[in-house]
Amino acid sequence: MLADKDRIFTNVYGFQPWNLPAAQKRGDWDKTKDLLALGNDVIIDKIKASGLRGRGGAGFPTGMKWSFMPKEPRPDRPNFLVINADESEPGSCKDREIIRHDPHKLIEGALVAGFAMRARAAYIYIRGEYIREAETLFAAVKEAYDAGLLGKNACKSGYDFDVFVHRGAGAYICGEETAMLESLEGKKGQPRLKPPFPAGAGLYGCPTTVNNVESIAVVPTILRRGPEWFSSFGNENNKGTKLFQISGHVNKPCVVEEAMSIPFRELIEKHCGGIRGGWDNLLAVIPGGSSVPLVPAAQIMDCPMDFDGLRALGSGLGTAAIIVMDKSTDVVRAISRLSYFYKHESCGQCTPCREGTGWMWRVMERLRTGDADISEIDTLQQVTKQVEGHTICALGDAAAWPIQGLIRHFRPELERRINERQAGNGMQEAAE
Amino acid sequence: MADAPQLPDEAETRARWGNFAWTPENAVKAQEIMGRYPAGRQLSCSIPYLDLAQRQVGAETNTQGWLPIPVIEFVARELGVPYIRIFEVATFYTMFNLVPVGRYHVQVCGTTPCMLRGSDDVMAACKARGMKKGHTTEDGLFTLTEVECMGNCSSAPMVQINDDNFEDLDYDRTLVILDALARGESPKTGTQEPGRHTVEPLGEPTNLAAMETENHDYRGEW
Repeated sequence: MLADKDRIFTNVYGFQPWNLPAAQKRGDWDKTKDLLALGNDVIIDKIKASGLRGRGGAGFPTGMKWSFMPKEPRPDRPNFLVINADESEPGSCKDREIIRHDPHKLIEGALVAGFAMRARAAYIYIRGEYIREAETLFAAVKEAYDAGLLGKNACKSGYDFDVFVHRGAGAYICGEETAMLESLEGKKGQPRLKPPFPAGAGLYGCPTTVNNVESIAVVPTILRRGPEWFSSFGNENNKGTKLFQISGHVNKPCVVEEAMSIPFRELIEKHCGGIRGGWDNLLAVIPGGSSVPLVPAAQIMDCPMDFDGLRALGSGLGTAAIIVMDKSTDVVRAISRLSYFYKHESCGQCTPCREGTGWMWRVMERLRTGDADISEIDTLQQVTKQVEGHTICALGDAAAWPIQGLIRHFRPELERRINERQAGNGMQEAAE
Repeated sequence: MADAPQLPDEAETRARWGNFAWTPENAVKAQEIMGRYPAGRQLSCSIPYLDLAQRQVGAETNTQGWLPIPVIEFVARELGVPYIRIFEVATFYTMFNLVPVGRYHVQVCGTTPCMLRGSDDVMAACKARGMKKGHTTEDGLFTLTEVECMGNCSSAPMVQINDDNFEDLDYDRTLVILDALARGESPKTGTQEPGRHTVEPLGEPTNLAAMETENHDYRGEW
């Protein structure tokens, strides 16, 4: 198990104050000037060496992403850092804990990362529903300005850097990086076609990097303790520590920082008090937030919780939002509710997603009650394949994958409901 | 996409809200918001301005607030952009209410992580107090909405009421909160689980035990 001294987010549970003096006592903003003095490229190299992969779901190497930014930004076309705090993926609840209990880790990370990529300013896009969390973040940013840590000559480093907080207003799609840029520009959050990629033309047409809150907040600690320390955790290619968020049918749901690649069983036993009703009662797990396919109990139990381990099971780590379902779960309803979520959150730009998410949800609802024909399972499977990969952003894929996972692993359950209902109807007709 | 709302009668709305303008306090806030974005990029203020306007309407009507058409027009004038640029934003984002809501906007999360932990019971408790999805109670006290994942999954199920979250709910705990609000009280926000602070595992700490009693600095152990 990860030792407490190796946890980055020591105040994740909020037992201690979030404010600047308390954060400084925990080690934040300690000689930040020296970190910046390493130089832009050394910081990027160290982050590359640490093996940090983006914590927002896709797992793209963070240091490499930063290196795509122009090395000599023009004054009329500055570089921007946008931090994605639009945490809306069902199951995910880690950025909220960072922002409301350890906001200075994020703000210091914004300065260091922004400096490394030669950015003029950072915008933190926080989802609108995080109202109290945004209040904390606004107050923490103000503290940092008042202490001279941000703004002109930030931390007396000679570098000018601003951090702005921007609140969203309730749209899951704004977590997609180009939709987030549209939203920051004050428009509807509809994703842009790529290319051009944000590193070429992003916010206000300027070079932009979009990073997740957790990816940015771990940066100062990685630099202080060294990339070797960070890469000493986890399997090859899946390095570091990670905030896991466990919800659903465990005895004690929680958010906890652990080493990457921790086996599922160990994570649940150590921190969550086991599965409700024991391990024999485990039905399935959605290991990375609603957008990844579910994994049946037998396959997940001893799987390492990391990008590659879960990909090998046909699923993914996503944001490490682990939704646990025991045998009392109506698994068809659980997935159908996710289909409703995607129907609700489709931005309406691409036809396959706009029409497909609603269609898939309606069929899922009929499968839930068994009011369908066996052949419709295959039709549904085909439609998910027609939505997947045929939209501008990945929301279409995300809507398709949970259904594909359900059909792959629980087809007998779908058929049972249909057969039972048809048998029931048959009896009714006979009685009449 | 959300279902299209039935906009209230325009003549009545115009008579009531036609002269909408910032209060002096909100005018200062609006200036501050504008300062966050580069010159010429004032459209970036659309969401913060709509939020500010909705809150001002809320303060004037003693509700969570909503966005009458003349108020949206006001925001468009303030930003110097065509009305449709602001109206399309107001209709796109779910936190903007296009119809009046009650004193308390009860937003029950119904997405799968909350559903697995019993959001049906939370919804049932709301219905037991006379609420109906998408409607405001006759006394104007409560508006009930089922919303999508609010990011409180490790302390599910939850409800957001105006600006505050209530977590780790069940049927009875929800009733206690609703009744307290109805009496005009301010019930404890956050988790409702006795002995739980935020999102730590309930009971004996499994990690970071030292943090519970002191602001521990772990650097000495590195």
